[in-house]
Amino acid sequence: MKTRVAVDPLTRIEGHLSVEATVEDGAVVEARSSATLFRGFEQILVGRDPLDAVQITQRFCGVCPTAHAVASSQCLENAFGIMPPDNGRIIRNLIQGANYIQSHILHFYHLASLDFVRGPDFPPFIPRYEADYRLPKAASDAIVSHYVDALHIRLKAHEMSAVFSGKMPHCASVVPGGVTVTPAVDKVTTFLWRLKELREFITNVYVPDVLTIAEVYRDYGEIGAGCKTFLSYGAFDLDNEPDVQKRKRFFPMARSLGGKLATVDPGKITEDVSRSWYGSSTHLAPSAGETAQDSAKKDAYTWVKAPRYDNGVYEVGPLARATIARMTDASSIHSKAIDDALKNLRLKPENLPSVMGRHLCRALETKALADAMADWVLQIKLDQPVATAFVIPEHGSGYGLWDASRGALGHWISIKNKRIDRYQAVVPTTWNASPRDDTGQAGAIEQALVGAPVKDPANPFSIARIVRSFDPCIACAVHLLTPSGKLLHQFRAV
Amino acid sequence: MQVLDAKVPGVYERTGPNSAGRQNLSLGRLTVSEYGFTRREFMRWALAASAAGAFSQSFLSKLVAAAEVAVKEYPLIWMQTSACSGCSVSVINTIHPSIKNVILDQILPGHQLFLNYHSTLMAAAGTLSTETAMDTGRRHKGKYIYIVEGAIPTFKDGIDGTLGEENGKPITMLEWVRRLAPDAMAILAVGTCAAYGGIAAASPNPTGSKGIGDVLKMLSIKTPVVNIPGCPCHPDWFIGTVARVLLYGLPNPKELDEAGRLKIYFGKSVHNRCINRDYLDEGTFSSKFGEPGCLLELGCKGPFTYADCPLRQWNSGVNWCINANAPCIGCTEPGFPDAHSPLYQRR
Repeated sequence: MKTRVAVDPLTRIEGHLSVEATVEDGAVVEARSSATLFRGFEQILVGRDPLDAVQITQRFCGVCPTAHAVASSQCLENAFGIMPPDNGRIIRNLIQGANYIQSHILHFYHLASLDFVRGPDFPPFIPRYEADYRLPKAASDAIVSHYVDALHIRLKAHEMSAVFSGKMPHCASVVPGGVTVTPAVDKVTTFLWRLKELREFITNVYVPDVLTIAEVYRDYGEIGAGCKTFLSYGAFDLDNEPDVQKRKRFFPMARSLGGKLATVDPGKITEDVSRSWYGSSTHLAPSAGETAQDSAKKDAYTWVKAPRYDNGVYEVGPLARATIARMTDASSIHSKAIDDALKNLRLKPENLPSVMGRHLCRALETKALADAMADWVLQIKLDQPVATAFVIPEHGSGYGLWDASRGALGHWISIKNKRIDRYQAVVPTTWNASPRDDTGQAGAIEQALVGAPVKDPANPFSIARIVRSFDPCIACAVHLLTPSGKLLHQFRAV
Repeated sequence: MQVLDAKVPGVYERTGPNSAGRQNLSLGRLTVSEYGFTRREFMRWALAASAAGAFSQSFLSKLVAAAEVAVKEYPLIWMQTSACSGCSVSVINTIHPSIKNVILDQILPGHQLFLNYHSTLMAAAGTLSTETAMDTGRRHKGKYIYIVEGAIPTFKDGIDGTLGEENGKPITMLEWVRRLAPDAMAILAVGTCAAYGGIAAASPNPTGSKGIGDVLKMLSIKTPVVNIPGCPCHPDWFIGTVARVLLYGLPNPKELDEAGRLKIYFGKSVHNRCINRDYLDEGTFSSKFGEPGCLLELGCKGPFTYADCPLRQWNSGVNWCINANAPCIGCTEPGFPDAHSPLYQRR
């Protein structure tokens, strides 16, 4: 017998998402993810000064604003034909790196961990779904107390970012051409000491806690695989090469398709809208993206578009970056850490595309990144410039491709009469939480949900675990369309 | 059940280490301290202690009476609407009290907040979460604090933003306001979007988004609102406003400016207390990014922006926009971002 299960809202993620699944014989056979808020950012950006994009696009998301600041700045730099100097590049990496750390710690402890450990018996920890909490009491209580510690430690990561960015969330100092902040020895020192504290937490608490949960929930190494094709734009520039495809990045830019490494050609990215509340042409490149709502569109079910690379569905995020890192350089510290963890957990690389694989890759990339940042901060040169001067061209276009903590983030701009003529952003959660495309292919999360065990449709905790493992960020994903006048869409609850 | 280190003020002496307050409860210890228990937990502790023969029934009733007087509970409903979660992320950066203190401990002696609903932090999901909010509204009429983070889409009766569903139909954010605003003790508008519409309502305002004050006017709801703007809202501004309400009641009109903000935080312009006044006096202006100098030529909106950032600073006081040589963009103002756009050009 088929049962429909709706989780609306799916909490403990950024933003407003609902998931509807069809369950048959104790497992999900079909799923749809739907974003339930629409914001209209592209409309807001048209006609403004191009520089405003760096500040306004940060407001897509208060969890990962730095990624939008960098992607938007690189997009403008591409249009202006400039590159930041070394200091600008390094300081941006530090601002962004600090935010990766805070975002990943926040995701694991404050958004995801309550799926696996029972919190204390007062709000906001009750009420809750009574899931299968399997950890022994002492181990479970330890993770709950780390939940509390992590609230404080992620604040240190924000402080570290603010040392160079001015403030967080929504950083002030990232601008086209580089950064505004003047480097100084006290900033370098205070950054290093905060980083030391974070590295200790990551190494001694965060990574071990993820391993503890992964050991007890080893079956979740086989649940929630998804599409198994991966895309990363890469992040953290290590040189100033103007061509982004040739630029060396700490996380490399690549795709993984059928177990093989492939290059990324931004010209092959399109967005389908046949199942989105959106009436303009489907299958357009982001640089030519259109914005026209269709309030009564038949068969549409979300505000999220369906981005595709060469018509293929791709997962983005830490799992994608780890998969690509292992394929690009199997001997790197990042790759080896993943292999060691798999070995300790008696899991195989084939288990990586899974709920546990995503948590594991997120934790281990946090460690690899934090360790690298300790070197980067010492590369700052006090007497060197932080920004390259520019002139806004009369007309022009550009794009910026950069991995946010949650995955591949692209910004596209066209400029007319020194003003924004068109601005499009294709964000990580648009990839992961995408609806079906023109050919009916389900999005990454929708595919990952198929096969999820649901014993009790009234308590579909496995669905929540799968969706949260992607760390969806709906505020980012639903900036896209113009909304006036969508019809009520009908949801069928259980 | 274990009873240890118990101290009710004036009744027991503390005999062992006691720092974590309610955190210890989560670890299975029952610790009662001056700042570490709620009435509900105290009751549980007292009953357990009584059952274990720790003290007599009549003594128990005295303890309960003392606790009833001692601790006031304030349920919070924290609703995120057309927002980016940045204000939540900022508020959890509070240092004294820490966010742990805010969630787990008495935020002030005798005052305990209960974060009954916050969609990014709560354990529950789906109908269970929505029902928790609505149930809090029904059971605590006139006593709960309703926190709004984000603007409210109002076109087509608010259909651009929905939150949960009921009888198979989505509930609009506007409907949440209709149900929860009238019976709240107070509404706190956290961030510029909630206070004035902010980024969500920026031209051409495709969703007809409004700040909560304007929405209440539209719906003829009279519940008092205190605006705590900022993009994001500074954690100190939030905690301070909550403390004002808990300790001294709602601010009187004299304490608020015409934009509905507490003057203690938003009474003076950024420009008046700017660290770059010496550059202004000597006529040194920054003409491109990264160059030291007064930032007016790069579009600094300090003269038109009212906030205490120059003194308070951000992220535990490590920095703030102008100290990072970045122009103020005026994020605490009712006109943000449109009145300040282009952000990097002199107004």
